[in-house]
Amino acid sequence: MKYKSQKVAYWFFALSMLLLVLQITYGFIMGFARVGLDGLHEFVPFNTARAVHTNLLVVWLLSGFMGAAYYIIPEEAQRELVSVKLAYVQLISLAVVGVVAVVGYHFNYWEGRKFLEIPRPLDYLVVVNVLLFLGLILVTLFKGKRKTTTALVLSMGLLFAALLYLPGMIPFDSQVMDSFFRWWVVHLWVEGVWELIMGGILSFLLIKLTGVDREVIEKWLYVIVGLTFLSGVLGTGHHYYYIGVNKIWIIVGGIFSALEPLAFLAMALFAVNMYRKGEKKHPNKLALYWTLGAAIVSFVGAGLLGFAHTLPQTNLYTHGTLVTAMHGHLAFWGAYAMIVLAIISYSLPNMTGRKLYDSSRGRMAFWMANIGMVGMTIAFGVAGVAQVYLERKFKMDFMQVQNEISIHFVVLIICATLFTLGITLYIIDFYKHGKPTNEALEIKG
Amino acid sequence: MLSKKQARAFFLGGTVVTFLIFIGLTVYSFTKEQDQSNYGNITEQVVRGKKLWESNNCMGCHTILGEGAYYAPELTKVIDRRGKGYIKAVLMTPQPWQPNGRKMVAYGFSEQEAEDIISFFDWIDDIDLNGFDRVVSPLAKDKINN
Repeated sequence: MKYKSQKVAYWFFALSMLLLVLQITYGFIMGFARVGLDGLHEFVPFNTARAVHTNLLVVWLLSGFMGAAYYIIPEEAQRELVSVKLAYVQLISLAVVGVVAVVGYHFNYWEGRKFLEIPRPLDYLVVVNVLLFLGLILVTLFKGKRKTTTALVLSMGLLFAALLYLPGMIPFDSQVMDSFFRWWVVHLWVEGVWELIMGGILSFLLIKLTGVDREVIEKWLYVIVGLTFLSGVLGTGHHYYYIGVNKIWIIVGGIFSALEPLAFLAMALFAVNMYRKGEKKHPNKLALYWTLGAAIVSFVGAGLLGFAHTLPQTNLYTHGTLVTAMHGHLAFWGAYAMIVLAIISYSLPNMTGRKLYDSSRGRMAFWMANIGMVGMTIAFGVAGVAQVYLERKFKMDFMQVQNEISIHFVVLIICATLFTLGITLYIIDFYKHGKPTNEALEIKG
Repeated sequence: MLSKKQARAFFLGGTVVTFLIFIGLTVYSFTKEQDQSNYGNITEQVVRGKKLWESNNCMGCHTILGEGAYYAPELTKVIDRRGKGYIKAVLMTPQPWQPNGRKMVAYGFSEQEAEDIISFFDWIDDIDLNGFDRVVSPLAKDKINN
């Protein structure tokens, strides 16, 4: 750690870990409900659990991205953060908005729009919170000694993510237009600007962990984010095939969605090649596991599984089935959860001064979480494909099909348990690092 | 070999061009001639139905236009499948509702509210879904004929 103010990142990461635990808990509530164990229905019906599960995902990832920015920007800009106090204000307000939203979901207080369930008054608070965050980051960057490509790409991703939240707040009378512009937020976040954030964090980690020249890494960063936008923006069309808009989207979405895996492939090749080129001297192998893991798993989850699901001819049958849940889980895990866990694994020893990266617990956490998540993806995939055939080809009734495929949710719960054990080990490791300290400033890393 | 400057130009140029095309296509698909979203038939009752749909987060279990949570049935073309009477009964019942073992919250909507929601479903059913409606609806019609 080079600057005292980087320590604020720790508390954003701690909030991320707490929300991740809650997210997993609500995931289990849904998994058990699907096999008929729905004793909590009176207090936490499925739609509540679902809204909490997906919104907590978004909030813990955002908290992780914000923590990453608070850690990376001072180091890249070579100066302290402009105001640590305001960063704590921003952290607390983020936590308060998150908690109020999640509690509200238990009392029918929501907007009921997939992924954007946060009620309108809280939306305005989110905007204020994000503006404060962006102000702190951008002013630090602007006043800094240098403006690196890594910092610019990361900041650009965060800025665009904030701007793209706005189309989701426009009220529409038409369900079609509502859905259309909801994807401007959700798709352009996860298959667009969030990839800039991921690319920025990945680039920072590769520079630190491999020792490869910054100029080389940052050049390829531009190519990758260029490919991401080139395919991802018009790839939004794959959400528009069958929701009541013009057929032009079937052609445009089909072509550009097919190109989307290229961006992820480039990212995976980039990370692996930089690792091969590097000196391999950095002792924090755990951070390297998570970094390379993020690049590779995101290619499989977001790139390949996304491609399989977004061909218009396939999507006609898989649209609105569990096949989406299959793709969604591995994509979010690989692309975003793993990159947040990577930056935490890298920065934690630097902020606390405790170098615990040789522990077998950390490696176990990595493998158990990944194997568990791959297992969950397979369970969702088998259930989804069976659902497509039985319901849409053989025309069986929805609930009959659900009963037929419920066995796959038993497998899902078993794999989710393995995943949870992995995450538990990761959090134990997090806790064992202790709190950040200024003494860590003297330690090189 | 590609320089960093060229890489940056590729990123910025590609982003601007694709985003402009994206906005152009958005405008194009909602022009009156190209619109297939059944926009002209939205009534006040449909809007009330949509608000009820959202304020109760029906999408948190069901899907509509293929979007939702896959825990409860797709509701596009549900009127074809079940008929308005059945849907009204489900929406209005104050008793816990558990078709085939899977629980649904008993909303106990008023008759007016139930009619608003049905009117929303009715409007949904007339949207041109590029064939997706045929994937969902023949199933319904077969069921009714049986």
